[in-house]
Amino acid sequence: MSDNLQPRGSDDTSFAQPLYTPIKRRSFFMYAGATAGASALVLAGCSKDSNNATPSLPAGNSVTSSGAISLGSGDVGVLNFAYALEQLEADFYSKVAALPSGILTGSEYTYFQEVAKHEAIHRDFFKAALTRDASGQVLRGLNPKYPAATFTDRTNILATAKAFEDLGVAAYNGAGKLIKTPAYLVIAGQIVSVEARHAAYIRELVTPGSFAADDIVNATSGLDDQKSPTDVIAIAQNFITEKLDASTVGK
Amino acid sequence: MDFFKIIDQLSEVDADVLGRFNSRRAVFGSLGTAAKRSALAATPLFLGALFQKAYAGTAATGVEVLQYALALELFEQDFYAKVKASSPYANASAADKAAIDQIKKHEDSHVTLLRGAISGLGATPVTGVTFKAAVFAGLTTFKTGAAATSQLGIAQLLEDTGVRAYKGRAGELLGTDLLTVALQIHSVEARHAAKIRDMRGQRAWVNPADDLAAHPVYTSGVTTGSTPAAFGLVVPPYTAPSPVENNTTQSNVDIKAGLGATYTASDAAAAFDEYLQVAEVLDNSRAGGLIGA
Repeated sequence: MSDNLQPRGSDDTSFAQPLYTPIKRRSFFMYAGATAGASALVLAGCSKDSNNATPSLPAGNSVTSSGAISLGSGDVGVLNFAYALEQLEADFYSKVAALPSGILTGSEYTYFQEVAKHEAIHRDFFKAALTRDASGQVLRGLNPKYPAATFTDRTNILATAKAFEDLGVAAYNGAGKLIKTPAYLVIAGQIVSVEARHAAYIRELVTPGSFAADDIVNATSGLDDQKSPTDVIAIAQNFITEKLDASTVGK
Repeated sequence: MDFFKIIDQLSEVDADVLGRFNSRRAVFGSLGTAAKRSALAATPLFLGALFQKAYAGTAATGVEVLQYALALELFEQDFYAKVKASSPYANASAADKAAIDQIKKHEDSHVTLLRGAISGLGATPVTGVTFKAAVFAGLTTFKTGAAATSQLGIAQLLEDTGVRAYKGRAGELLGTDLLTVALQIHSVEARHAAKIRDMRGQRAWVNPADDLAAHPVYTSGVTTGSTPAAFGLVVPPYTAPSPVENNTTQSNVDIKAGLGATYTASDAAAAFDEYLQVAEVLDNSRAGGLIGA
């Protein structure tokens, strides 16, 4: 099963060590299997991730001096960052999925129901992953907020969905290189392409032919957008009641 | 080769790239006149030295991954070029043609970008990766009819394979700026895949209801024999089959029933795309069987 994972580059000492609970070798991200199992218990290889022993995100998510909730540092920070975004997406689509019929077309409604499930799965998955691999540092449940009329008509729903999906793609693309554990990177990769599929689908609903238009995919380089966690949170913050601090994510 | 274009492209995705060189001014200063610049810029050794300095530590496997990526992009590029020159495509709708144009434009850009990066790292970019003419001749429709004999049916297989292929090697670029570039290509391939699927009346995400769900592209394991030596690509050791696309277990967690809520197998599978290893991608049952003269 998942233990088979990992192409190359996986058999190094930093691979898949449980971040805070070394005993739980079978936990979530133990893909390592034969290649790296022997070294998995060594909390080594996290060159710049020395904060592992002293979690920067206290239990209960107490705030920083600036009054914001820190997402934490290192890989835990990246996971909490993703968890925050997935919470927002999941909440948004759950509200869309609960709307009465007539606002979206029949097929749109059907597909949005599915997207809602995908995002709920992503949210629940990150929560479960963090709970086991970084117990006590799991970001709290956030309270999303939306501009008035977000859910009242199709145009606003699609515009919001498009913004969230494109932002999500840029967020994973930008955070990828901050990840130090290959298994986490693979999971992030498994999710970001699904977000990109959502983005393309929704873009087509907004403007046919815009699935990968020049406003989101660079016309010269052919590269999708990427954003740093702080830049992403600065945008997402408009939709989240709690103030978040992403400045230490991946560090 | 346009050295400055490469730098520009890299600096677009990697804001630090110029800082990695001695400094923008030093680079330009050392080059002197425009004539001198173009002469030097055309020198592979010069480029190689620059890039090796810029990406020290990532060059070892980076080149192998980039060559692999370039091979797949060349393959897609040739496929779409063949599509655009074909008679079934001539009858496609304007909207569908525009979509193919946009996709082809991205594949062209990816080829240019990857070639530049590989040259910059001192290696010779792979060439000549094409879609088999004989197989292409059997694609008698643009998007109607059987998936296996329609151009867009094959396009879907190629794009979804590309998405899986990039995922399969991300770990080799861990922590590097090359990873960011690879991810930025990866998500574009996913957008392409979604659009092609949409044009075919399929869901944008991989799910068990797809008409092509049983195709080897969505399963795993080497099946009919791979062509590992193709184009001099370095094929990492193949150990065990990658997860199939309808996998509902991620990281040893049952997505259907292990998350506190209950999710259907279809939703659990579609929420995560899966990766493929090189040997699987190059297997004759997948891209390998479509690559050739």
